[in-house]
Amino acid sequence: MDPAQFFSASRVVIVAGKGGVGKTVVAGAVARAAARFALDTTILEIEGRSGVASSFDAPPFGYHEVELVSADKTAGRAAVRGRTITPDLALIEYLEDHGLRRIARRMAATGLLEVVATATPGIKDLLVLGKVKQLEQTRQADLLVLDAPAAGHALSFLDAARVLHDTAKVGPIHHQAIEVLAMLRDPARTQVMLVTLAEETPINELIETAYRLEDQLRVSLGPVIVNGVLPALAGIDRDPSELIDATSVPKSQLSTLRAAGQWWSKRYARQREELERLAEALPLPQIELPYLFGPTIGAAQSIELSDALVEGVNLLDG
Amino acid sequence: MTDELLLADVVDGARIVVTTGTGGVGKTTTSAAIAVYGARSGRRTIVLTIDPARRLADAMGISAHANEPSRVEGSWSGELDALMLDTKGTFDTLVTRYARDETQRSRILENRFYQNIAGALSGTQEYMAMEKLHALAESNDYDLIVVDTPPTRHALAFLDAPRMLTRLLENRVYRLLMAPRGFVRAVNSAAQVFIRQITRVVGAEVVDDAIAFFRAFEGMEQGFAERAKTMIELLRSDETAFVLVAAPRADTVVETKYFVGQLEASHIKVRACVVNRMAPLFAAVRSKSTKDLPHRAAVDQLREAAVVEEAHVTSLIEGLGDIAIARVPLLASDLHDLEGIASMERLLFG
Repeated sequence: MDPAQFFSASRVVIVAGKGGVGKTVVAGAVARAAARFALDTTILEIEGRSGVASSFDAPPFGYHEVELVSADKTAGRAAVRGRTITPDLALIEYLEDHGLRRIARRMAATGLLEVVATATPGIKDLLVLGKVKQLEQTRQADLLVLDAPAAGHALSFLDAARVLHDTAKVGPIHHQAIEVLAMLRDPARTQVMLVTLAEETPINELIETAYRLEDQLRVSLGPVIVNGVLPALAGIDRDPSELIDATSVPKSQLSTLRAAGQWWSKRYARQREELERLAEALPLPQIELPYLFGPTIGAAQSIELSDALVEGVNLLDG
Repeated sequence: MTDELLLADVVDGARIVVTTGTGGVGKTTTSAAIAVYGARSGRRTIVLTIDPARRLADAMGISAHANEPSRVEGSWSGELDALMLDTKGTFDTLVTRYARDETQRSRILENRFYQNIAGALSGTQEYMAMEKLHALAESNDYDLIVVDTPPTRHALAFLDAPRMLTRLLENRVYRLLMAPRGFVRAVNSAAQVFIRQITRVVGAEVVDDAIAFFRAFEGMEQGFAERAKTMIELLRSDETAFVLVAAPRADTVVETKYFVGQLEASHIKVRACVVNRMAPLFAAVRSKSTKDLPHRAAVDQLREAAVVEEAHVTSLIEGLGDIAIARVPLLASDLHDLEGIASMERLLFG
């Protein structure tokens, strides 16, 4: 599939996955890749501390948008920007936009926000999604990449609008829920990219989440991004002495090579099994991103991953 | 190296072990492995888990919503029970036990606001884990209680949980809401306007439910506050050992260090650190004739990863003082059944 077409298929990409699968890093790579195809992209992070900024060697960003990658017209590259969305500030903005400026300030001062949030579970998630919707409608960016909350909350986060739509029958919350649902359910506006590792537990959770997102929420799911895939090493499953003249290699080194070969082959085979199982259980295309051995995720590694992502998109049918 | 503190020493000396850390680092499997060690040491052990992967739950024979311990059979001299936390069930039990009378009990249990927060509200899960731990600790049925805390970004959510409800109940807006309506109307018409405005935002039903809930709850908050105090003291005591579970990645290390800071601020000392998913460490291979072997590429890349990871571990344990550290290699296959837990136990305790 043509990456330019792929990245412009929707105006919002929500990157979601269980904790520890590298969802934040993937969100960074998606934004980078989209910008390379001339899409002005903004990365949205919920609250602080999730660390998208490190994919750009940038300091953590805040509520105000900052530029992470500058546009390069001759290379056909657009800019990547980043900002956070804070539920509390989103609520205050929302109230102010609805002529409730005074109550907004008072709610913040008295801690009433906590009360409202307690009384209506999911309201913070809805406010965050409402803010995303507002940004989507201003069209300041061609693409918004949302780094969704992790740790099993992806589903409840995305489902908040549907649940609140059903519980709050009237009023501004109901209204907001309708508009957010419309955004989430329109494939031209939103697609969800689920991220996993090629391991049993995250894959099980991904399958369950995917079906529930499609059946309950009816969002459009993009390809599954499989992070941390071991590269194939041709011949790794053979004994080193079959491949070279091993007479000159010290015995201890030879046994290290054998052990490493066995470890790699076994782990690689497990990953392939899991990815096949995933393909059977869930009819979504998969894009594999390589396991990175080197130092920690910074801009260089993020570029490597975005290259792999683009390559994966090229391989997709369509 | 012999005077190094071992994870076994830490677990042997504790009655409660709390595992804490970010999501996706193998916390549940680690908790289960610690519990297996407890049972193998002849102790009556229970592992309280929050949301285990299904296969792990099946392996241990635990099911959701049972809210009762189930026995895990194995070849150990002690006993091993597993319990999956049922948040709403635990909350219901508390209300039932501490309500003044039948009227108060049913008023709370049937309240929609209660039903909303009892199962779904973030924070309630942590809070109920704490209440369950309290009940288990009081019961004296167990020599070792292993608690697998919920995967949260805030270590304190678990510690802070007991304070959550009391703080909520102390909020002056609640007090206002709880005052009889006529009283509010007479004394404070500004408050009345305020309530009307909230009603405009969230709807009258929500406000009415909330008011009804807090009226129904009146008088019970004292008990909650007292248990919270007991629990915090217990968690700070020598009986309890906090075990940090982490993975050797930069993002995890940053979050885990943030956790540690929060724990320290609450006067809780981390006693052990388990680092899962370490790249296997192979000796260097330098023989020239091997340079084109795929095996050589595997060794070199894994060694490179190991160096980076070890630096992360160093940064993680920096300043933690004299604690036990256990490194668990990333295994060639995944660990999700009893056999997997048993091999994890061997890796952790030797």
